[in-house]
Amino acid sequence: MSASDTPAAPLANASPEPRHGLRLLAGWLTLSVAACLAIWFAWYPHLPPGVTSDSSTHQQFDIAVLAVIAAPVVIGVLLYFGYAIVVWRARPGDEGDGPAIYGNTKVQATWIIGTTMIVLGLFVFGTVELVGPAGAGAGEGPAPIWKLSGTQTTAWTPGGNDILQVQVIGQQWAFTYRYPQFGGMESTVLDLPANTPIEFHVTSLDVIHSFWAYLLGVKADANPQVDNVAYTTVKTLGGFTVHCSELCGIWHGAMTTSGTILIPGAFRTWATGVQAKEQSEGVLAALPPYALTYDPTVIPQLGQNIVKIDGITGGAGYYYGSGNPVTP
Amino acid sequence: MSVVARAAALIVAFLGVVGVGVFVAVYYIGSATTQLPIVHYTASSGQVNVVLQEDAQNDSTTRPDWVTYYTQDPATKQWLHTTLFSVPANTKVNVTIYGYDGCTPLRNNFFSQVQGTLGGTVTVSQFDQHGKEYVTGKTTPLINSWADCNVGHSFAIPELGVFVPVASPNAQLSAEDLCSSSPCTTTGNPYAVETFSFMSPKATGTYRWQCFVPCGGGYLDGNSGPMGTLGWMMGEMDVVSA
Repeated sequence: MSASDTPAAPLANASPEPRHGLRLLAGWLTLSVAACLAIWFAWYPHLPPGVTSDSSTHQQFDIAVLAVIAAPVVIGVLLYFGYAIVVWRARPGDEGDGPAIYGNTKVQATWIIGTTMIVLGLFVFGTVELVGPAGAGAGEGPAPIWKLSGTQTTAWTPGGNDILQVQVIGQQWAFTYRYPQFGGMESTVLDLPANTPIEFHVTSLDVIHSFWAYLLGVKADANPQVDNVAYTTVKTLGGFTVHCSELCGIWHGAMTTSGTILIPGAFRTWATGVQAKEQSEGVLAALPPYALTYDPTVIPQLGQNIVKIDGITGGAGYYYGSGNPVTP
Repeated sequence: MSVVARAAALIVAFLGVVGVGVFVAVYYIGSATTQLPIVHYTASSGQVNVVLQEDAQNDSTTRPDWVTYYTQDPATKQWLHTTLFSVPANTKVNVTIYGYDGCTPLRNNFFSQVQGTLGGTVTVSQFDQHGKEYVTGKTTPLINSWADCNVGHSFAIPELGVFVPVASPNAQLSAEDLCSSSPCTTTGNPYAVETFSFMSPKATGTYRWQCFVPCGGGYLDGNSGPMGTLGWMMGEMDVVSA
């Protein structure tokens, strides 16, 4: 009889089965604590969209909280996956079946209760984070439920708690901004005062756009004939960029504008300066009266000479005659 | 079929699909730009003179009824049906636009204001079909497209903050005597001549320009067709090293 024919040693002499659960728990705890600390103290301060406004600050906090909650779950799954592959893999020559799998009430209950608590907790957390910062910088439609506290005024002044209204107008392919508290003046740049509640009214003159001031944590669809309201309070001075985030035509990707957050006094100087310039040049008189939405096919102020001519200017006060618009 | 052979077949099929996609993108989509000529403007005495015209129609065989811009070749003075041109960086760009098309109101009348030009103004002259100048060298910061028949199109480079309404012939001339054969000439046609200047940016690159008047007649809200096609009512300005 050769050595290879020697019967296996009795099970009683085999090395005891290690305590896999304890190993996994220890490893999971260690890695999870390390990951959560790294996320909170190293990653969180650098997470987008930053701390330019209260909306973006809340969004940064939300992402950090979600990452901290998700990290132990991801680590648990991957750790178990890796542990199973390494420890419970089939050894060379092992053709036998593994032990039968039976239900484990403790594991099942723990999983169901744990995931339910996480989901319900996230529901509460998400609701608080949506309501607290007045819609979290998202468009709330024409009748917002969660409003930013502040005073609605017809003439904004710095130093108080006046809400600054800014109308965002999308058109192919540029955003422009109207300031109704400054005579309805309009600008191609979005300048804002720091530490001031801002009420955006977002609309469009043609197709659907989306106003996305990324660093401000504000994003609201710009739909024609719709007034979409979003709130934020900007905090830090500096520049930011506005993008369109709704595919709106061939130059959607280039539909960007810039903005600057100024100290309130400097903002007022800028706004009144633009207002005065547009007043003196006749721009304010040329603009339509400020409204929450505009129908670009109807122009009440259209001069009589325009409607007399032929072509696509077909009806009184309208761009087009009764046959337009048409589908080519 | 072995595993290796199946893997090889899958890789070949995948590369084939990717190759077809790249070919379609480069050949068809890329050709829309590359077939257009680029007019190169070079500086003289630190300035460059760009000359454009906008017409109610064009001389193409595919879309003869589309409104369009033409660009003048500085060497031959020929009008090229393109909206691609290049200028040197950090140079004063003097633009002359001949407006042959009739008037159409802007969708957003805010763009009636001249923005981003040196001095914040444009200078407009208007002529009838007999060559009579009925508006002479009017310098203005605003051409109100809703007040009267006076704006045909606009020229805007949003990234540079340049927004300029482009003057048109007046109401009667727009209705009765517009140029009907492109590229238009100043002989026998009513037109407006508009001049303005702006500084090209220091940074080289491609800057898109477009018209903000919804002039795509026959398309939904006038906002498609020539409004969304390179070579017609939108273009690109290449800023190259001076």
